[in-house]
Amino acid sequence: MKIVLIQLLLIVVVIITAVRLLRGRGARTQAARRLGLMLFAALAVWSILFPSVWNQIARMVGVGRGTDMVLYALVVAFLSFTLTTYLRFREFENRYTKLARRLALDEAGPPQPTAGVPRQQEQPYAGS
Amino acid sequence: MTPKDVNDTEEVHDTWVVIPLYNEEQVIGDVVTQVRTAFAQVVCVDDGSADRSAEVAATAGARVVRHPFNLGQGAALQTGFEFALADPSMKYVLTFDGDGQHQIADAVGMVARLRGGEADVVFGSRFLDERSKPGFAKRMVLRAAVGYTNMTTHTRLTDAHNGLRAIRRPVLEQIEITQNRMAHASELVAQIGASDASYVEHPVHIVYNDYTKAKGQSLWNSVNILADLILR
Repeated sequence: MKIVLIQLLLIVVVIITAVRLLRGRGARTQAARRLGLMLFAALAVWSILFPSVWNQIARMVGVGRGTDMVLYALVVAFLSFTLTTYLRFREFENRYTKLARRLALDEAGPPQPTAGVPRQQEQPYAGS
Repeated sequence: MTPKDVNDTEEVHDTWVVIPLYNEEQVIGDVVTQVRTAFAQVVCVDDGSADRSAEVAATAGARVVRHPFNLGQGAALQTGFEFALADPSMKYVLTFDGDGQHQIADAVGMVARLRGGEADVVFGSRFLDERSKPGFAKRMVLRAAVGYTNMTTHTRLTDAHNGLRAIRRPVLEQIEITQNRMAHASELVAQIGASDASYVEHPVHIVYNDYTKAKGQSLWNSVNILADLILR
């Protein structure tokens, strides 16, 4: 009976997490992620109800136990998560760098000075 | 403070000196004043300094572009480039470090070589003669860095991480630095190597005193630079 209780608990947690994640702001690109997430949630529930599936998968690919299989899958998932997060951060950094640069340049004004630097004011450029 | 004789020559106005600036209030005034004995137009890109660097630079006669917060030296250079490109009469850009490790005579020589039509880009190199004296470890790291850069960018240089560079306008128009932190030096070389721009190296003297050593890149940072380059 104890096993049933932990199963119930885990299923509730998985569903809550999935629902929360599904409620993200949406665009077309998110559709794929949501389908994947639903698949992942279904798989999670399935493996909670039938833990032996991991053993079957493990045996299929030549890994000893199901727990090892889960660990390997987790390592791969974590690494890909780290990488995609890093790349997304880089993209984000690019965007706010461009924004900050635009602000800085607009604030500084054009390179041909109109005011601000005294010496250049008294030296109008011949070419402009 | 006002070397009028320099400004009277028309040709000085075709060059912008770009100085990335981050917490250099002790020395930036002298650096700007010195640079302006040879080049009339100096732009300091203040990269979110916590001290009075920007004010000191402006008082010394530089134009100052201020990043709203710290973005990194690569980002500061790109901002300086875009500022200079907005000046239609700009023909050459010179990059110069704000910590006083560069010699103005070297900078003048490099721009003169651009003017002479020798190449589209002149890179400063501290390894072409024996004037600069980096420590053994620093020398090794810089050698490794330039080896990596040469290997990955179709260029043959002796010093890839040197802040002194002189670049002609058409080349500058094609450059876009996206590496905000220190990996920008290799990125710049890579973009120049990928274009059909010609380049030469110019022997420069890097001054290693207590100040420039303290402000310079620590050896540990070379690990970060390498990681930034690989995970592009």
